Amino acid sequence: MSRETPFLRGVHRLAAFLAGYVVLLITAGGLVKSLEAGLSVPDWPLSYGMLNPPRWWEIETVRAEHGHRLIAGTVLLLTLWLMIWIVRREPRKWVRGVAVVAFVAVLAQAALGGITVLFFLPTAISVSHAGLAQLFLCLLVVLAVVTSRRWVSEKGAGSPATSASRIVTLVTATTIAIYVQILLGAVMRHTGAGLAIPDFPLAFGGLIPPKLDFAIGIHFAHRMGALLVATLIFWSLGRVLRFASQERVLVIPASLLTLLVLVQGTLGGLVVLTGKAVLPNTLHVGGGALLLALSMMLTLMTRRLDWVARQQGVAPEVEVFETHRLEQAVS
Amino acid sequence: MKKLSILMAIALIPATLAIGCGGGGEEAAAPTQQADSAPAAAPQQAVTGGGAIAGNAKYVNGDPDAAIGMDADPVCASLHPGEVHTEKVVADDNGNLANVFVYVKSGLEGKSYPAPSSTHTLDQIGCQYKPHVSGMQVGQKLVIRNSDPTLHNVHAMPSVNKEFNQGQPFQGMELEHSFDQAEVMVPFKCDVHPWMSSFMAVLDHPFFGVSSEEGSFGIENLPAGTYVLEAWHEEFGTQTVEVTVADGETAQVSFDFSPGAVASAG
Ligand SMILES: [Cu+2]
Repeated sequence: MSRETPFLRGVHRLAAFLAGYVVLLITAGGLVKSLEAGLSVPDWPLSYGMLNPPRWWEIETVRAEHGHRLIAGTVLLLTLWLMIWIVRREPRKWVRGVAVVAFVAVLAQAALGGITVLFFLPTAISVSHAGLAQLFLCLLVVLAVVTSRRWVSEKGAGSPATSASRIVTLVTATTIAIYVQILLGAVMRHTGAGLAIPDFPLAFGGLIPPKLDFAIGIHFAHRMGALLVATLIFWSLGRVLRFASQERVLVIPASLLTLLVLVQGTLGGLVVLTGKAVLPNTLHVGGGALLLALSMMLTLMTRRLDWVARQQGVAPEVEVFETHRLEQAVS
Repeated sequence: MKKLSILMAIALIPATLAIGCGGGGEEAAAPTQQADSAPAAAPQQAVTGGGAIAGNAKYVNGDPDAAIGMDADPVCASLHPGEVHTEKVVADDNGNLANVFVYVKSGLEGKSYPAPSSTHTLDQIGCQYKPHVSGMQVGQKLVIRNSDPTLHNVHAMPSVNKEFNQGQPFQGMELEHSFDQAEVMVPFKCDVHPWMSSFMAVLDHPFFGVSSEEGSFGIENLPAGTYVLEAWHEEFGTQTVEVTVADGETAQVSFDFSPGAVASAG
């Protein structure tokens, strides 16, 4: 970095708040699907021809759908605010670009939400709406992380003991795996395959379903995806503790991911065992978004530490330290 | 709470403007605020003379119709101090089964019956559809009414005709619609109140009936001939029977949806 990037506290706080708020918005969207309330407000962008339909907060389904729209409207406005703020104050061109893309994404996301209502929830549109939501969340996490004090500070380098290059590929793969896993889940939900395998943790009493159609296939893929994601997260935590134990900015998200993936697996099991009860079903969607956001955070910070380290050239004492640790590990 | 919702509403305005057009999904006629229109009872017979079919539908098993809770909308719950049921299986102690739709499935080929001028009414009252099962003709005017002090959305899910979903936020609202293709059945549902459902058959002739609480149904003014009669029930599927109708006579038919039973004519 040629010149000092200023730390824009307000921008960073707004981006971080917005990312958290979008996790709530995605959870609210999960509630709409869990209640099958997507068509309980038949028109769009108005609701029953009004800004707020009568008694919307008293009726479970309308509260979910209309509430989702109100939260979404607020997110759209805050994203516009964030974009304007970043475009005016942020010196890094690529960050300004991400802010603009985030705003375009939220517009497209709103359009997908409207189209899916007006065309009676076609699977492809509903799944796209679910998938773009998570990409939009990732963009906000990018904005929140790259505007953080740690990121912009010239002292952004990790401790000499840190070897981020040993973690980068793994945490990046974990983030991609979580996103794909969420897409599998979205396809499963929107094709009504959530109970295609009726038992849990086994599948039809065995390890592998005895027959395979689309519904059972997508459901089973989501379960296998869960195992893969959990493995990648445990592995990531192990490597973070081994190669970056001094970096709280990596240890904290990696630890939270590990805790959360256990909760998330439990919720997924409960969705099946309760016959898609609304509460675990909704929280499972929110949990997925939170996992993706944390993993994205971990990936970005790891990449940053790796990048800074490579800019500075690998310090010889790090090599020595690594060799020393390896010798310890071997003996 | 009110303040918050106003705040949220204001927050939503630019969202609305930014996205622009509504469009699409406007197949259904716009709701109109008409005064009470007289609900049409049985469909008007387009023909006179001929013979008739009378019969009875049964379901002897004893499963009571499941009770439902309407707590998801406090207004709906307040309209029902007592128990409410799904209306899926309405049978009395003797097994007489209501809500069986009986119609001439074949035997009328080449004949055409214009749509009657009477309207067919689907009412939303007590957060339930009345009637739960009904029939109307292609091209006939359907009036869908909200008689409840709460909002409903009317969501018709045909597979041959065009799907529509229309909101009726206020009591007394009516919307008009007509179907241009014959189809048995067009399911209706309210996505606001998941328990609300209705089934409407759209036929190109007037020879149909729905079994009453006593399980009885009748079809009149049917030209003499041999017909395939189908009985449809939302839970038990369909049964068909062949029946011959003679001028001035009433053919007797019975459908038994009890486990292991079959339809009979005689
Ligand atoms: Cu309703």
